[in-house]
Amino acid sequence: MRAFLFLICPLLLFLGCSYLLPFLGIMQLSFSDPDPGLAQYRHVLSDPLTLSVIWRTLRICAIVTVVSVIAAYIITLLWVRGRPLVRSLTELCIMIPFWISVLSRAFGWMSMLSNRGLLNTWLKDLGLIDASLQMTRNEFAVVIGMSHYLIPFAVFPLATAIRNVDERVLTAADGMGASRLRIFWQVFLPMTASGIIGATLLVFVFSIGFFVTPALLGGGQSVLIAELIYLWIFQIPQWGMAAAMSVILMIAVGGILVLLMRRYGEVAK
Amino acid sequence: MASTTQIEVCSIGKKYGKFKALGDINLGIAEGEFLSLLGPSGSGKTTLLTLIGGYDAPSSGRLLFDGQDMTNWPAKQRGFGMVFQGYALFPHLTVAENIAFPLKVQKRSKAQIADRVAQMVEMVGLSGHEAKKPTALSGGQQQRVALARALAYEPKVLLLDEPFSALDKNLRGQMQEELRRLHRDLGTTFVFVTHDQEEALALSTHIAIFNHGELQQIGTPEEVYERPANRFTAEFLGDINLLSLDGSTGCLAETAIELPKTIAGQSHLAIRPEHMRLAADDDAIQLPVRLRDRVYLGSKSRLLLETSGGEELMLYLDNDPTDMRPGSELRVAWDARDSFAV
Repeated sequence: MRAFLFLICPLLLFLGCSYLLPFLGIMQLSFSDPDPGLAQYRHVLSDPLTLSVIWRTLRICAIVTVVSVIAAYIITLLWVRGRPLVRSLTELCIMIPFWISVLSRAFGWMSMLSNRGLLNTWLKDLGLIDASLQMTRNEFAVVIGMSHYLIPFAVFPLATAIRNVDERVLTAADGMGASRLRIFWQVFLPMTASGIIGATLLVFVFSIGFFVTPALLGGGQSVLIAELIYLWIFQIPQWGMAAAMSVILMIAVGGILVLLMRRYGEVAK
Repeated sequence: MASTTQIEVCSIGKKYGKFKALGDINLGIAEGEFLSLLGPSGSGKTTLLTLIGGYDAPSSGRLLFDGQDMTNWPAKQRGFGMVFQGYALFPHLTVAENIAFPLKVQKRSKAQIADRVAQMVEMVGLSGHEAKKPTALSGGQQQRVALARALAYEPKVLLLDEPFSALDKNLRGQMQEELRRLHRDLGTTFVFVTHDQEEALALSTHIAIFNHGELQQIGTPEEVYERPANRFTAEFLGDINLLSLDGSTGCLAETAIELPKTIAGQSHLAIRPEHMRLAADDDAIQLPVRLRDRVYLGSKSRLLLETSGGEELMLYLDNDPTDMRPGSELRVAWDARDSFAV
């Protein structure tokens, strides 16, 4: 046991220096700049503009989580249970995004969705629309961009759960006369609940801190928490506010994690 | 009861690629029968069960159910109950919900389902466990849930794939008794796959013995045990003493003991250990042997013997104070009607 503690020391030291110390700095900032005390927190939690950003963040992240987990579920089904060719193609499609930076992806989506982008041009050429559809600089674009980034992360917890499904249970349900639809909704889906919970948690927690994608695809029209913190640090310096917001964000994420793990820890095991 | 043939297996064969899992199987299963498909692993017994259940399609041959061709019916159309190896319970549902599942599929009324579930829980002795998830149950209890679920919709045939293989010996004995009771009470046809000879002998009304995808013999437990059709069956069902035959003389090899029966073309004479005894003076057959070892088993002893030709024999002896040491010269005897040539 002692040897174990000794071996883990360097990691603790590294985390302490690179994570805990700066975090304590932020904490200190949030309680002192510019006014000592809870003024910054009071302001963050009462200012209508800030509150609307928090609300928008939660809403967009919830939508992104639902979209990502549903899309990832379908992709994972193809990957784990598809025919060999489908499997390898899907695997490629899951892996490739990992090699592309978040910045290039955001620009990629902009060239797809912008007013004179690919999608609008095609739709016009096909005569389906007359004027360009507004698909960037709004929440739609943010949801698309964030989901695209997060889907692969949802795939892995889902894949573990889907691989663990005992084929015989499905055969048994089929033999009892259950339709494919019933087998999916009442047997397969519940049997993969642990994966769905894991993927949901992971994606939601990831999405709350998103910065680049919403900043670019939202075009300043749908500011999320991370972008607000950025603004308070670099554009209109209010470091104490930024620090308070960061602490709130962190506590919220931590709280959600603890709550969900308490609630579903049994299932997720 | 066991008069009409319910399921007929006609020239059924199954190939997986080039591997022949089953070759040309013919057998009939009567209504209310308890048929065990017995054989070593890889003998094709489970394959035949999945074909009968409709979970896989045969490569050749036909399956009849009450005279109708059911070869192409999917499992759900056949409506047989099935207890899978490993039970295949729904892990996210409680005991009661597991049993109710097939009934809900059949769209029975809530009241009917509740009644039936209660009845099944009672029947398999799981009262008080209705609200538990399968993971909270012991292996034996999970087994009971699987049985209850398979029997809930009153199938005409119940298929069981090595249902007791995961249970320890005591529990296995108890479950065997319960299965016998269920079969007796319900009168449902049971088709039971096992590799355990004793289990098959104890439970079945009929046993079909498989090896290498071929049906070796089918008959009542007494028939297959007392009159095995071939050497495989003889050796597979319990212990057996084999003595080489001299084809030209019709005698036991290297002895002058003549056998009263026609044994043409057979290579060995087989006698079950329990039919062999130490010879008394008036016994017709007397084979000299040497005692190699005596194993004390409590209520009896097992004697390991060797003939002059070096063949090993075994017999059981009720314990008596006789002090026999390894190396003693003895004589063994058996009644001619208890021996058979293989």
